[in-house]
Amino acid sequence: MKILVCISSVPDTTTKITFADGNTKFNTAGVQYVINPYDEFGLSRAMQLKEKMGGTVTTVTVGRADTEPVIRKALAIGADDSVRIDADPVDSFQVASEIAAYAKDKAFDLIITGRESIDYNGGAVPGMLAELLGINSVSPCVKLEIEGNIATMQTMIDGGKEVVKSNLPVVAAAQKGMVDESELRIPNMRGIMAARTKPLAVVPGSASGNTAAKTFDLPAPKAACKMISADNVEELVHLLHTEAKVI
Amino acid sequence: MSVLVFAENWDGSFKKSTYEAVSYASSLAAKVGGSATAVVIGNVSDTNALGKYGATKALQFDGDNMNHQGIASILAQAAQATGAKYIVFNGTWKAKGAAPRLAVKLNASIATEVVELPSSTTPFNVKKKVFSGKAFAHVEMAGDVKIIVLSTNAYGVHENAVSIAVEKGSGAATEKDVSLQHVEYQKTAGKINLTEAELVVSAGRGMKDPGNWGMVEALAETLGAATACSKPVADIGWRPHHEHVGQTGIAVAPNLYIAIGISGAIQHLAGISSSKKIVVINTDPEAPFFKAADYGIVGDALQVIPKLTEAIKKLKG
Repeated sequence: MKILVCISSVPDTTTKITFADGNTKFNTAGVQYVINPYDEFGLSRAMQLKEKMGGTVTTVTVGRADTEPVIRKALAIGADDSVRIDADPVDSFQVASEIAAYAKDKAFDLIITGRESIDYNGGAVPGMLAELLGINSVSPCVKLEIEGNIATMQTMIDGGKEVVKSNLPVVAAAQKGMVDESELRIPNMRGIMAARTKPLAVVPGSASGNTAAKTFDLPAPKAACKMISADNVEELVHLLHTEAKVI
Repeated sequence: MSVLVFAENWDGSFKKSTYEAVSYASSLAAKVGGSATAVVIGNVSDTNALGKYGATKALQFDGDNMNHQGIASILAQAAQATGAKYIVFNGTWKAKGAAPRLAVKLNASIATEVVELPSSTTPFNVKKKVFSGKAFAHVEMAGDVKIIVLSTNAYGVHENAVSIAVEKGSGAATEKDVSLQHVEYQKTAGKINLTEAELVVSAGRGMKDPGNWGMVEALAETLGAATACSKPVADIGWRPHHEHVGQTGIAVAPNLYIAIGISGAIQHLAGISSSKKIVVINTDPEAPFFKAADYGIVGDALQVIPKLTEAIKKLKG
Protein backbone atom coordinates (compact mmCIF):
# COMPACT_ATOMS: atom_id res chain seq x y z
CA MET A 1 0.00 0.00 0.00
CA LYS A 2 1.61 3.23 -1.18
CA ILE A 3 -0.13 6.25 0.32
CA LEU A 4 0.35 9.94 -0.48
CA VAL A 5 -0.96 12.49 2.03
CA CYS A 6 -1.21 16.13 0.91
CA ILE A 7 -0.37 18.55 3.73
CA SER A 8 -1.01 22.30 3.92
CA SER A 9 0.68 24.55 6.42
CA VAL A 10 -2.04 26.88 7.78
CA PRO A 11 -2.49 29.40 10.62
CA ASP A 12 -3.52 27.76 13.90
CA THR A 13 -7.32 27.77 14.38
CA THR A 14 -7.06 30.30 17.24
CA THR A 15 -5.39 32.91 14.99
CA LYS A 16 -6.92 36.35 14.91
CA ILE A 17 -6.93 37.24 11.23
CA THR A 18 -5.51 40.62 10.15
CA PHE A 19 -4.11 41.96 6.89
CA ALA A 20 -1.11 44.09 5.92
CA ASP A 21 0.08 46.30 3.03
CA GLY A 22 -3.25 48.07 2.51
CA ASN A 23 -5.27 44.87 3.00
CA THR A 24 -3.51 43.12 0.13
CA LYS A 25 -1.66 40.49 2.22
CA PHE A 26 -2.37 38.22 5.17
CA ASN A 27 -0.47 39.52 8.17
CA THR A 28 1.77 36.62 9.21
CA ALA A 29 3.35 38.46 12.17
CA GLY A 30 3.17 36.29 15.29
CA VAL A 31 1.10 33.59 13.57
CA GLN A 32 1.64 29.96 14.58
CA TYR A 33 1.42 27.46 11.72
CA VAL A 34 -0.01 23.96 12.02
CA ILE A 35 -0.89 20.97 9.83
CA ASN A 36 -4.24 21.84 8.25
CA PRO A 37 -6.73 20.13 10.66
CA TYR A 38 -8.48 18.21 7.85
CA ASP A 39 -5.11 16.95 6.56
CA GLU A 40 -4.30 15.81 10.10
CA PHE A 41 -7.36 13.52 10.12
CA GLY A 42 -6.15 12.12 6.79
CA LEU A 43 -2.57 11.61 7.98
CA SER A 44 -3.78 9.80 11.10
CA ARG A 45 -5.91 7.47 8.96
CA ALA A 46 -2.95 6.87 6.64
CA MET A 47 -0.86 5.77 9.65
CA GLN A 48 -3.61 3.37 10.78
CA LEU A 49 -3.83 1.86 7.28
CA LYS A 50 -0.06 1.48 7.05
CA GLU A 51 0.06 -0.30 10.41
CA LYS A 52 -2.72 -2.65 9.33
CA MET A 53 -1.68 -3.36 5.76
CA GLY A 54 1.99 -2.43 5.51
CA GLY A 55 3.40 -0.01 2.95
CA THR A 56 4.62 3.56 2.98
CA VAL A 57 3.23 6.99 3.74
CA THR A 58 4.68 9.93 1.82
CA THR A 59 3.57 13.54 2.35
CA VAL A 60 3.61 16.31 -0.21
CA THR A 61 3.36 20.05 0.44
CA VAL A 62 3.38 22.96 -1.97
CA GLY A 63 5.18 25.77 -0.19
CA ARG A 64 8.41 27.56 0.60
CA ALA A 65 11.01 26.60 3.21
CA ASP A 66 8.90 28.20 5.97
CA THR A 67 6.49 25.23 5.72
CA GLU A 68 9.20 22.76 6.78
CA PRO A 69 8.39 22.79 10.55
CA VAL A 70 4.89 21.58 9.65
CA ILE A 71 6.32 18.96 7.28
CA ARG A 72 8.69 17.76 10.04
CA LYS A 73 5.69 17.42 12.33
CA ALA A 74 4.04 15.11 9.77
CA LEU A 75 7.25 13.07 9.69
CA ALA A 76 7.27 12.99 13.50
CA ILE A 77 3.70 11.67 13.45
CA GLY A 78 5.00 8.80 11.35
CA ALA A 79 5.20 9.57 7.63
CA ASP A 80 8.15 7.80 6.01
CA ASP A 81 9.29 10.60 3.75
CA SER A 82 8.17 13.99 2.51
CA VAL A 83 8.34 16.08 -0.60
CA ARG A 84 8.16 19.85 -0.68
CA ILE A 85 7.31 21.39 -4.02
CA ASP A 86 9.09 24.71 -3.84
CA ALA A 87 6.56 27.37 -4.90
CA ASP A 88 4.30 29.98 -3.31
CA PRO A 89 0.82 28.46 -3.34
CA VAL A 90 -1.47 30.86 -5.24
CA ASP A 91 -4.67 28.92 -5.88
CA SER A 92 -6.24 25.47 -5.98
CA PHE A 93 -5.49 24.88 -9.65
CA GLN A 94 -1.78 25.60 -9.28
CA VAL A 95 -1.50 23.42 -6.16
CA ALA A 96 -3.46 20.54 -7.74
CA SER A 97 -1.35 20.79 -10.91
CA GLU A 98 1.91 20.64 -8.93
CA ILE A 99 0.78 17.61 -6.93
CA ALA A 100 -0.60 15.85 -10.03
CA ALA A 101 2.68 16.40 -11.90
CA TYR A 102 4.60 14.93 -8.95
CA ALA A 103 2.24 11.97 -8.35
CA LYS A 104 1.42 10.88 -11.89
CA ASP A 105 4.27 8.39 -12.36
CA LYS A 106 4.68 7.31 -8.71
CA ALA A 107 1.92 4.65 -8.64
CA PHE A 108 0.30 5.68 -5.36
CA ASP A 109 -2.57 3.38 -4.37
CA LEU A 110 -4.30 6.02 -2.30
CA ILE A 111 -4.08 9.82 -2.19
CA ILE A 112 -5.47 11.57 0.88
CA THR A 113 -6.05 15.33 1.08
CA GLY A 114 -8.03 17.44 3.53
CA ARG A 115 -11.58 18.45 2.58
CA GLU A 116 -10.30 22.02 2.31
CA SER A 117 -7.59 24.17 3.86
CA ILE A 118 -8.78 26.38 6.69
CA ASP A 119 -7.03 29.46 5.27
CA TYR A 120 -8.31 29.98 1.72
CA ASN A 121 -11.11 27.37 1.89
CA GLY A 122 -11.05 26.61 -1.82
CA GLY A 123 -11.98 22.97 -1.27
CA ALA A 124 -11.09 22.37 -4.90
CA VAL A 125 -7.73 20.58 -4.74
CA PRO A 126 -9.06 17.00 -4.21
CA GLY A 127 -11.47 17.14 -7.17
CA MET A 128 -8.96 18.87 -9.44
CA LEU A 129 -6.15 16.50 -8.51
CA ALA A 130 -8.35 13.46 -9.23
CA GLU A 131 -9.51 14.93 -12.53
CA LEU A 132 -5.92 15.69 -13.56
CA LEU A 133 -4.91 12.11 -12.70
CA GLY A 134 -8.05 10.62 -14.27
CA ILE A 135 -9.18 8.82 -11.10
CA ASN A 136 -12.18 8.90 -8.75
CA SER A 137 -12.51 11.31 -5.83
CA VAL A 138 -14.64 11.40 -2.71
CA SER A 139 -15.04 14.73 -0.94
CA PRO A 140 -15.64 14.99 1.95
CA CYS A 141 -14.67 11.48 3.05
CA VAL A 142 -15.81 10.64 6.60
CA LYS A 143 -15.03 6.88 6.55
CA LEU A 144 -12.36 5.05 4.58
CA GLU A 145 -11.82 1.29 4.53
CA ILE A 146 -9.55 -0.56 2.11
CA GLU A 147 -9.88 -4.19 1.17
CA GLY A 148 -7.74 -5.58 -1.61
CA ASN A 149 -8.06 -3.15 -4.49
CA ILE A 150 -11.35 -1.63 -3.32
CA ALA A 151 -11.92 1.45 -1.15
CA THR A 152 -15.26 1.70 0.62
CA MET A 153 -15.97 5.27 1.68
CA GLN A 154 -18.63 7.37 3.30
CA THR A 155 -19.31 10.88 2.04
CA MET A 156 -21.67 13.62 3.19
CA ILE A 157 -24.70 14.56 1.12
CA ASP A 158 -27.07 17.33 2.07
CA GLY A 159 -29.50 15.46 4.28
CA GLY A 160 -27.35 12.49 5.25
CA LYS A 161 -24.51 10.27 4.14
CA GLU A 162 -23.76 8.16 1.10
CA VAL A 163 -21.68 4.98 0.98
CA VAL A 164 -19.61 4.58 -2.20
CA LYS A 165 -17.04 2.13 -3.54
CA SER A 166 -14.13 2.66 -5.89
CA ASN A 167 -11.22 0.78 -7.29
CA LEU A 168 -7.81 2.10 -6.26
CA PRO A 169 -6.21 4.51 -6.83
CA VAL A 170 -8.62 7.09 -5.48
CA VAL A 171 -8.45 10.58 -3.94
CA ALA A 172 -10.16 10.77 -0.53
CA ALA A 173 -10.67 14.25 1.02
CA ALA A 174 -10.59 13.82 4.78
CA GLN A 175 -12.73 15.36 7.44
CA LYS A 176 -13.47 14.36 11.01
CA GLY A 177 -14.90 10.85 11.02
CA MET A 178 -12.17 9.40 8.79
CA VAL A 179 -10.65 9.16 12.24
CA ASP A 180 -12.14 10.59 15.42
CA GLU A 181 -10.59 13.46 17.35
CA SER A 182 -9.41 10.93 19.96
CA GLU A 183 -7.55 8.94 17.29
CA LEU A 184 -5.48 11.90 16.06
CA ARG A 185 -1.75 11.07 16.26
CA ILE A 186 0.39 13.28 18.46
CA PRO A 187 4.16 13.15 17.83
CA ASN A 188 6.17 11.57 20.65
CA MET A 189 9.82 12.28 21.49
CA ARG A 190 11.05 9.28 19.52
CA GLY A 191 9.04 10.40 16.50
CA ILE A 192 10.39 13.94 16.77
CA MET A 193 13.98 12.68 16.92
CA ALA A 194 13.45 10.30 14.00
CA ALA A 195 11.80 13.06 11.91
CA ARG A 196 15.05 15.05 11.89
CA THR A 197 16.76 12.50 9.68
CA LYS A 198 13.86 11.30 7.54
CA PRO A 199 14.08 12.26 3.84
CA LEU A 200 12.56 15.61 2.88
CA ALA A 201 13.06 16.15 -0.83
CA VAL A 202 12.66 19.59 -2.36
CA VAL A 203 11.60 19.76 -6.00
CA PRO A 204 11.04 22.94 -8.02
CA GLY A 205 7.47 24.00 -8.86
CA SER A 206 6.45 25.09 -12.32
CA ALA A 207 2.64 25.36 -12.48
CA SER A 208 0.70 28.61 -12.52
CA GLY A 209 -2.76 29.50 -11.25
CA ASN A 210 -5.64 31.37 -12.85
CA THR A 211 -7.08 33.31 -9.91
CA ALA A 212 -5.54 35.88 -7.57
CA ALA A 213 -6.73 37.30 -4.26
CA LYS A 214 -6.27 41.05 -4.75
CA THR A 215 -7.58 42.51 -1.50
CA PHE A 216 -9.08 41.31 1.77
CA ASP A 217 -11.50 42.64 4.32
CA LEU A 218 -12.93 41.69 7.66
CA PRO A 219 -16.63 41.30 8.53
CA ALA A 220 -18.26 44.55 9.67
CA PRO A 221 -18.07 44.91 13.46
CA LYS A 222 -21.25 44.14 15.41
CA ALA A 223 -23.19 46.82 17.28
CA ALA A 224 -23.30 46.35 21.06
CA CYS A 225 -25.25 43.34 22.30
CA LYS A 226 -28.67 44.12 23.82
CA MET A 227 -28.88 42.41 27.19
CA ILE A 228 -32.21 41.05 28.36
CA SER A 229 -33.07 39.73 31.82
CA ALA A 230 -33.37 35.96 32.21
CA ASP A 231 -36.72 36.59 33.90
CA ASN A 232 -38.05 38.38 30.84
CA VAL A 233 -37.65 36.04 27.88
CA GLU A 234 -40.95 37.41 26.47
CA GLU A 235 -39.00 40.62 25.79
CA LEU A 236 -36.43 38.66 23.73
CA VAL A 237 -39.18 36.98 21.71
CA HIS A 238 -40.85 40.37 21.19
CA LEU A 239 -37.57 41.92 19.91
CA LEU A 240 -36.84 38.98 17.62
CA HIS A 241 -40.31 39.33 16.18
CA THR A 242 -40.71 43.12 15.86
CA GLU A 243 -37.17 44.54 15.77
CA ALA A 244 -34.99 41.83 14.19
CA LYS A 245 -37.97 40.38 12.28
CA VAL A 246 -36.44 36.93 12.18
CA ILE A 247 -39.28 34.95 13.80
CA MET B 1 -23.98 35.02 -23.70
CA SER B 2 -25.24 32.06 -21.80
CA VAL B 3 -24.77 31.56 -18.07
CA LEU B 4 -25.18 27.92 -17.05
CA VAL B 5 -26.43 26.99 -13.62
CA PHE B 6 -26.40 23.53 -12.03
CA ALA B 7 -29.98 23.04 -10.77
CA GLU B 8 -29.49 20.30 -8.20
CA ASN B 9 -32.47 18.16 -7.20
CA TRP B 10 -33.13 15.70 -4.40
CA ASP B 11 -35.30 12.74 -5.46
CA GLY B 12 -36.94 14.91 -8.10
CA SER B 13 -37.44 18.12 -6.10
CA PHE B 14 -35.46 21.34 -5.92
CA LYS B 15 -34.43 22.97 -2.66
CA LYS B 16 -33.76 26.51 -1.58
CA SER B 17 -30.07 26.32 -2.51
CA THR B 18 -31.08 25.45 -6.10
CA TYR B 19 -33.23 28.58 -6.30
CA GLU B 20 -30.42 30.62 -4.76
CA ALA B 21 -28.03 29.47 -7.51
CA VAL B 22 -30.61 30.18 -10.25
CA SER B 23 -31.29 33.64 -8.75
CA TYR B 24 -27.56 34.40 -8.81
CA ALA B 25 -27.14 33.06 -12.36
CA SER B 26 -29.98 35.19 -13.73
CA SER B 27 -28.61 38.36 -12.08
CA LEU B 28 -25.13 37.52 -13.38
CA ALA B 29 -26.58 36.97 -16.86
CA ALA B 30 -28.19 40.43 -16.70
CA LYS B 31 -24.79 41.89 -15.74
CA VAL B 32 -22.81 40.24 -18.54
CA GLY B 33 -25.60 40.55 -21.11
CA GLY B 34 -27.09 37.10 -21.58
CA SER B 35 -29.54 34.62 -20.19
CA ALA B 36 -29.51 31.88 -17.57
CA THR B 37 -29.80 28.24 -18.64
CA ALA B 38 -30.39 25.63 -15.95
CA VAL B 39 -28.94 22.13 -16.21
CA VAL B 40 -31.15 19.51 -14.58
CA ILE B 41 -29.85 15.96 -14.13
CA GLY B 42 -32.39 13.22 -13.40
CA ASN B 43 -36.14 13.29 -13.37
CA VAL B 44 -37.76 16.39 -11.85
CA SER B 45 -41.51 16.86 -11.61
CA ASP B 46 -41.55 20.65 -11.79
CA THR B 47 -38.67 21.99 -13.87
CA ASN B 48 -40.77 25.06 -14.73
CA ALA B 49 -40.32 26.27 -11.13
CA LEU B 50 -36.83 27.46 -12.15
CA GLY B 51 -38.44 30.14 -14.34
CA LYS B 52 -39.70 31.84 -11.22
CA TYR B 53 -36.07 32.73 -10.36
CA GLY B 54 -35.03 33.86 -13.81
CA ALA B 55 -33.95 30.79 -15.81
CA THR B 56 -35.15 31.21 -19.40
CA LYS B 57 -34.14 27.72 -20.41
CA ALA B 58 -33.67 24.34 -18.75
CA LEU B 59 -31.72 21.47 -20.25
CA GLN B 60 -32.87 18.12 -18.93
CA PHE B 61 -30.37 15.22 -18.78
CA ASP B 62 -30.87 11.62 -17.70
CA GLY B 63 -29.13 10.20 -14.66
CA ASP B 64 -30.23 9.61 -11.08
CA ASN B 65 -27.91 9.67 -8.04
CA MET B 66 -25.16 11.07 -10.24
CA ASN B 67 -21.71 11.37 -8.61
CA HIS B 68 -19.30 14.30 -8.88
CA GLN B 69 -17.63 12.98 -12.03
CA GLY B 70 -20.94 12.37 -13.76
CA ILE B 71 -22.24 15.85 -12.95
CA ALA B 72 -18.99 17.44 -14.14
CA SER B 73 -19.05 15.43 -17.35
CA ILE B 74 -22.64 16.38 -18.22
CA LEU B 75 -22.06 20.05 -17.39
CA ALA B 76 -18.92 20.08 -19.55
CA GLN B 77 -20.97 18.82 -22.49
CA ALA B 78 -23.70 21.39 -21.82
CA ALA B 79 -21.13 24.19 -21.54
CA GLN B 80 -19.53 23.24 -24.82
CA ALA B 81 -22.91 22.95 -26.57
CA THR B 82 -24.13 26.33 -25.32
CA GLY B 83 -20.78 28.15 -25.42
CA ALA B 84 -21.33 29.24 -21.81
CA LYS B 85 -18.63 31.44 -20.29
CA TYR B 86 -19.98 31.30 -16.74
CA ILE B 87 -21.18 28.32 -14.73
CA VAL B 88 -22.84 28.78 -11.34
CA PHE B 89 -23.15 26.15 -8.59
CA ASN B 90 -25.02 26.13 -5.28
CA GLY B 91 -22.97 25.49 -2.14
CA THR B 92 -23.93 21.87 -1.41
CA TRP B 93 -21.53 18.95 -0.96
CA LYS B 94 -22.42 17.60 -4.42
CA ALA B 95 -21.86 20.93 -6.13
CA LYS B 96 -18.59 21.54 -4.27
CA GLY B 97 -17.39 18.11 -5.36
CA ALA B 98 -18.38 18.44 -9.03
CA ALA B 99 -17.28 22.03 -9.72
CA PRO B 100 -13.48 21.54 -9.36
CA ARG B 101 -13.58 18.56 -11.74
CA LEU B 102 -15.50 20.66 -14.24
CA ALA B 103 -12.94 23.46 -13.90
CA VAL B 104 -10.18 21.09 -15.01
CA LYS B 105 -12.27 19.70 -17.90
CA LEU B 106 -13.04 23.20 -19.23
CA ASN B 107 -9.71 24.78 -18.27
CA ALA B 108 -11.82 27.30 -16.34
CA SER B 109 -10.97 29.42 -13.32
CA ILE B 110 -12.98 28.75 -10.18
CA ALA B 111 -14.00 30.64 -7.04
CA THR B 112 -15.79 28.86 -4.19
CA GLU B 113 -17.65 30.26 -1.13
CA VAL B 114 -18.71 33.27 -3.18
CA VAL B 115 -21.03 35.66 -1.30
CA GLU B 116 -21.93 38.42 -3.80
CA LEU B 117 -22.36 39.22 -7.47
CA PRO B 118 -19.07 40.27 -9.13
CA SER B 119 -18.07 43.84 -8.23
CA SER B 120 -16.68 44.19 -11.76
CA THR B 121 -16.82 41.94 -14.81
CA THR B 122 -13.64 43.19 -16.60
CA PRO B 123 -11.55 42.23 -14.79
CA PHE B 124 -13.88 39.66 -13.24
CA ASN B 125 -13.79 40.19 -9.49
CA VAL B 126 -15.80 38.30 -6.86
CA LYS B 127 -15.96 38.39 -3.08
CA LYS B 128 -15.51 35.08 -1.27
CA LYS B 129 -15.21 33.84 2.30
CA VAL B 130 -11.69 32.99 3.48
CA PHE B 131 -10.16 31.90 6.80
CA SER B 132 -13.33 29.89 7.43
CA GLY B 133 -15.54 32.96 7.66
CA LYS B 134 -13.14 35.14 9.63
CA ALA B 135 -12.49 37.32 6.55
CA PHE B 136 -13.32 37.93 2.88
CA ALA B 137 -11.10 38.04 -0.21
CA HIS B 138 -11.73 39.87 -3.47
CA VAL B 139 -10.55 37.44 -6.10
CA GLU B 140 -9.73 38.23 -9.69
CA MET B 141 -10.58 35.37 -12.03
CA ALA B 142 -8.74 34.92 -15.32
CA GLY B 143 -9.55 32.52 -18.14
CA ASP B 144 -12.18 32.33 -20.82
CA VAL B 145 -14.63 30.30 -18.69
CA LYS B 146 -15.40 31.06 -15.04
CA ILE B 147 -17.00 28.83 -12.42
CA ILE B 148 -18.66 30.28 -9.35
CA VAL B 149 -19.64 28.15 -6.35
CA LEU B 150 -21.86 30.00 -3.89
CA SER B 151 -21.67 30.09 -0.12
CA THR B 152 -25.14 28.89 0.96
CA ASN B 153 -27.56 31.59 2.24
CA ALA B 154 -25.24 34.49 1.38
CA TYR B 155 -26.75 35.83 -1.87
CA GLY B 156 -30.25 34.61 -1.07
CA VAL B 157 -33.25 33.61 -3.15
CA HIS B 158 -34.68 36.37 -5.38
CA GLU B 159 -37.81 35.95 -7.45
CA ASN B 160 -37.69 37.17 -11.03
CA ALA B 161 -40.35 35.28 -12.98
CA VAL B 162 -39.69 34.68 -16.67
CA SER B 163 -41.05 32.15 -19.10
CA ILE B 164 -38.90 29.06 -19.31
CA ALA B 165 -38.34 26.64 -22.18
CA VAL B 166 -37.56 23.08 -21.10
CA GLU B 167 -35.52 21.02 -23.57
CA LYS B 168 -33.83 17.69 -23.55
CA GLY B 169 -30.05 18.13 -23.32
CA SER B 170 -27.83 16.06 -25.56
CA GLY B 171 -25.07 14.10 -23.89
CA ALA B 172 -24.61 11.71 -21.00
CA ALA B 173 -22.07 10.59 -18.43
CA THR B 174 -19.70 7.88 -19.63
CA GLU B 175 -19.11 4.56 -17.93
CA LYS B 176 -15.78 5.81 -16.60
CA ASP B 177 -17.53 8.85 -15.09
CA VAL B 178 -19.78 6.61 -13.04
CA SER B 179 -17.12 4.06 -12.02
CA LEU B 180 -17.44 5.36 -8.47
CA GLN B 181 -20.12 2.98 -7.36
CA HIS B 182 -23.10 4.13 -5.30
CA VAL B 183 -23.81 1.64 -2.49
CA GLU B 184 -26.47 3.27 -0.31
CA TYR B 185 -27.82 6.46 1.21
CA GLN B 186 -28.12 6.91 4.95
CA LYS B 187 -30.51 9.83 5.19
CA THR B 188 -31.28 11.76 8.34
CA ALA B 189 -35.03 11.71 7.82
CA GLY B 190 -37.26 14.60 8.76
CA LYS B 191 -34.47 16.87 9.96
CA ILE B 192 -34.04 20.41 8.69
CA ASN B 193 -30.82 20.70 6.71
CA LEU B 194 -28.34 22.69 8.81
CA THR B 195 -26.46 24.56 6.05
CA GLU B 196 -29.67 25.73 4.40
CA ALA B 197 -31.60 26.49 7.61
CA GLU B 198 -32.96 29.99 8.24
CA LEU B 199 -33.13 29.40 11.98
CA VAL B 200 -30.56 27.44 13.98
CA VAL B 201 -30.61 26.46 17.65
CA SER B 202 -27.14 25.47 18.79
CA ALA B 203 -25.99 24.26 22.19
CA GLY B 204 -22.74 23.47 23.95
CA ARG B 205 -21.26 22.29 27.20
CA GLY B 206 -23.50 24.64 29.18
CA MET B 207 -26.21 21.99 28.74
CA LYS B 208 -24.26 19.95 31.36
CA ASP B 209 -25.50 16.54 30.18
CA PRO B 210 -26.53 14.98 26.84
CA GLY B 211 -29.78 13.96 28.55
CA ASN B 212 -30.77 17.66 28.63
CA TRP B 213 -30.91 17.99 24.82
CA GLY B 214 -34.63 17.26 24.74
CA MET B 215 -35.37 20.89 25.58
CA VAL B 216 -33.02 22.12 22.81
CA GLU B 217 -34.87 19.95 20.31
CA ALA B 218 -38.22 21.14 21.64
CA LEU B 219 -37.14 24.77 21.16
CA ALA B 220 -35.89 24.01 17.64
CA GLU B 221 -39.11 22.24 16.77
CA THR B 222 -41.24 25.12 18.06
CA LEU B 223 -39.23 27.55 15.92
CA GLY B 224 -38.92 25.27 12.91
CA ALA B 225 -35.15 25.48 13.35
CA ALA B 226 -32.25 23.10 12.67
CA THR B 227 -30.15 21.92 15.62
CA ALA B 228 -26.40 22.38 15.87
CA CYS B 229 -23.68 22.10 18.49
CA SER B 230 -20.20 23.25 19.49
CA LYS B 231 -17.02 21.24 18.87
CA PRO B 232 -16.46 20.05 22.47
CA VAL B 233 -19.85 18.34 22.72
CA ALA B 234 -19.36 16.65 19.33
CA ASP B 235 -15.88 15.50 20.41
CA ILE B 236 -17.15 13.91 23.63
CA GLY B 237 -19.96 12.21 21.73
CA TRP B 238 -22.94 14.10 23.21
CA ARG B 239 -24.00 15.07 19.69
CA PRO B 240 -23.23 13.71 16.18
CA HIS B 241 -20.27 15.21 14.26
CA HIS B 242 -22.48 16.47 11.45
CA GLU B 243 -24.02 18.99 13.88
CA HIS B 244 -20.64 20.55 14.74
CA VAL B 245 -20.59 24.17 13.65
CA GLY B 246 -17.31 26.09 13.52
CA GLN B 247 -13.99 26.45 11.76
CA THR B 248 -13.38 22.72 11.34
CA GLY B 249 -17.06 21.78 11.13
CA ILE B 250 -19.94 23.25 9.19
CA ALA B 251 -20.34 26.96 8.41
CA VAL B 252 -23.87 28.33 8.67
CA ALA B 253 -25.49 31.61 7.62
CA PRO B 254 -29.03 31.61 9.03
CA ASN B 255 -31.27 34.60 9.72
CA LEU B 256 -31.17 33.70 13.40
CA TYR B 257 -28.54 31.73 15.34
CA ILE B 258 -29.35 30.96 18.97
CA ALA B 259 -26.26 29.85 20.92
CA ILE B 260 -26.97 28.19 24.24
CA GLY B 261 -24.22 27.41 26.72
CA ILE B 262 -21.46 28.03 24.15
CA SER B 263 -18.62 30.31 25.29
CA GLY B 264 -17.80 31.60 21.79
CA ALA B 265 -14.25 30.46 21.03
CA ILE B 266 -12.79 32.12 17.92
CA GLN B 267 -13.06 28.80 16.02
CA HIS B 268 -16.80 28.60 16.73
CA LEU B 269 -17.39 32.24 15.79
CA ALA B 270 -15.71 31.63 12.41
CA GLY B 271 -18.45 29.16 11.48
CA ILE B 272 -21.37 31.40 12.45
CA SER B 273 -20.13 34.92 11.65
CA SER B 274 -22.40 35.18 8.57
CA SER B 275 -25.56 34.75 10.67
CA LYS B 276 -27.78 37.79 10.33
CA LYS B 277 -28.89 37.90 13.99
CA ILE B 278 -27.32 36.11 16.94
CA VAL B 279 -28.81 35.38 20.37
CA VAL B 280 -26.49 34.19 23.13
CA ILE B 281 -27.63 32.53 26.34
CA ASN B 282 -24.84 31.86 28.84
CA THR B 283 -24.35 31.77 32.61
CA ASP B 284 -21.06 33.64 32.31
CA PRO B 285 -21.56 37.37 31.62
CA GLU B 286 -17.91 37.51 30.48
CA ALA B 287 -18.38 34.83 27.78
CA PRO B 288 -16.70 36.14 24.60
CA PHE B 289 -19.77 35.16 22.57
CA PHE B 290 -21.70 38.21 23.91
CA LYS B 291 -19.32 40.46 21.92
CA ALA B 292 -20.51 38.82 18.69
CA ALA B 293 -24.20 38.76 19.68
CA ASP B 294 -27.15 41.01 18.89
CA TYR B 295 -29.17 39.90 21.91
CA GLY B 296 -27.95 38.29 25.10
CA ILE B 297 -29.34 36.66 28.21
CA VAL B 298 -27.17 35.86 31.22
CA GLY B 299 -28.72 32.82 32.79
CA ASP B 300 -28.78 29.07 33.18
CA ALA B 301 -29.71 27.35 29.93
CA LEU B 302 -31.77 24.72 31.72
CA GLN B 303 -33.98 27.44 33.23
CA VAL B 304 -34.13 29.79 30.23
CA ILE B 305 -34.82 27.36 27.36
CA PRO B 306 -38.20 26.02 28.53
CA LYS B 307 -39.38 29.61 29.20
CA LEU B 308 -38.20 30.68 25.77
CA THR B 309 -40.00 27.77 24.11
CA GLU B 310 -43.22 28.73 25.93
CA ALA B 311 -42.90 32.40 24.94
CA ILE B 312 -42.42 31.44 21.28
CA LYS B 313 -45.41 29.10 21.42
CA LYS B 314 -47.45 32.01 22.76
CA LEU B 315 -46.28 34.29 19.93
CA LYS B 316 -47.16 31.69 17.34
CA GLY B 317 -50.56 31.22 18.98
